[in-house]
Amino acid sequence: MTDKIDVSVWRGTEQGGFRHYSVPRLASQTVLDVVTYIQRRLDPSLAYRFACRVGMCGSCAMTVNGVARWTCRTHVEKVAPHGVLEIAPLANLPVIRDLVCDMRSFFDKWVRAEGYFHPTATRTDPIVRVQPDTPARRAADAGIECIGCAVCYASCDVVAWNVDYLGPAALNRAWTLMNDERDSGSKVRLAAVSGDAGCHACHTQMSCTEHCPKKIAPTAAIAGLKRATLAALLAGRL
Amino acid sequence: MSPRAQLQLWAAQRIGAAVLALCVTVHLATMIYAVHHGLSATAILDRTRGNWGWAGFYVLFVLAVSVHAPIGMRTICGEWLGLSDRAVDVVLAALGVALAIVGLRAVWAVFAS
Repeated sequence: MTDKIDVSVWRGTEQGGFRHYSVPRLASQTVLDVVTYIQRRLDPSLAYRFACRVGMCGSCAMTVNGVARWTCRTHVEKVAPHGVLEIAPLANLPVIRDLVCDMRSFFDKWVRAEGYFHPTATRTDPIVRVQPDTPARRAADAGIECIGCAVCYASCDVVAWNVDYLGPAALNRAWTLMNDERDSGSKVRLAAVSGDAGCHACHTQMSCTEHCPKKIAPTAAIAGLKRATLAALLAGRL
Repeated sequence: MSPRAQLQLWAAQRIGAAVLALCVTVHLATMIYAVHHGLSATAILDRTRGNWGWAGFYVLFVLAVSVHAPIGMRTICGEWLGLSDRAVDVVLAALGVALAIVGLRAVWAVFAS
């Protein structure tokens, strides 16, 4: 193990290039630690985004040696055993500056996918008791730990090819709500996730599932939406 | 094209794929049988001529291809070539019709010749 890391960091917007830095190597060092060291010690003009540093907020995702990752939980020794790091902004999103992406298109698609709760009760109704072991609840639970980091979105080839495609995270969110017994938006949601920009555009390449830092399987959620939309179509409900 | 129509195309292509999986398997098995048993073209035509079973099977095969291929091409045109307007849909619908005509003509040839 070398005592220095040779780090290339993207500087600029959509136009720009990699700038090289030499960063001391430390034990248990994360990629976010490296970026923070550069910004605080070597180049204060470097723009990047982070918040919680413990894998909860989903704001620090970047492209590390060509792979989208959450940088706060990515150890340097695992992704750069030879001490060479290339850090770039996430793919498939507009770059604001350096390592900071514009996340609006990512989150706007959650709304387009009806990825928000349609309540069936009011605040005056008693709290619904949800059984945790029903198949629907298990399906919902499988996807609700998404932290919105956009790693799946940046890893998806279909997003790169089809800018209208809703993407794995929005579709995963839609599927969790489809399986939430308290939600009433199934019909409008199935219509929202259908078609060339919806779940039917997925090629099941599974890059999202491969790279999700929370080990969620958006591919399974999308397959569920495909089944649900087909069933609704055959039943005349869509 | 509405999302519902796009969903219908997707469903048609998947159903077409399921039919093709069966048809291609039977077709390849038949070809291997014919080759291994040294059947001549005349011997094959003797079996297909006037045979409603084989004619029906290959009509199904041709129709599945005619549905499956243009819809898949539509996706490829949109994703790889950036072509996704109504003109492309019309051209690909014409491709489906052309595949059906050519294929059905071939089926008729081995059925009625």
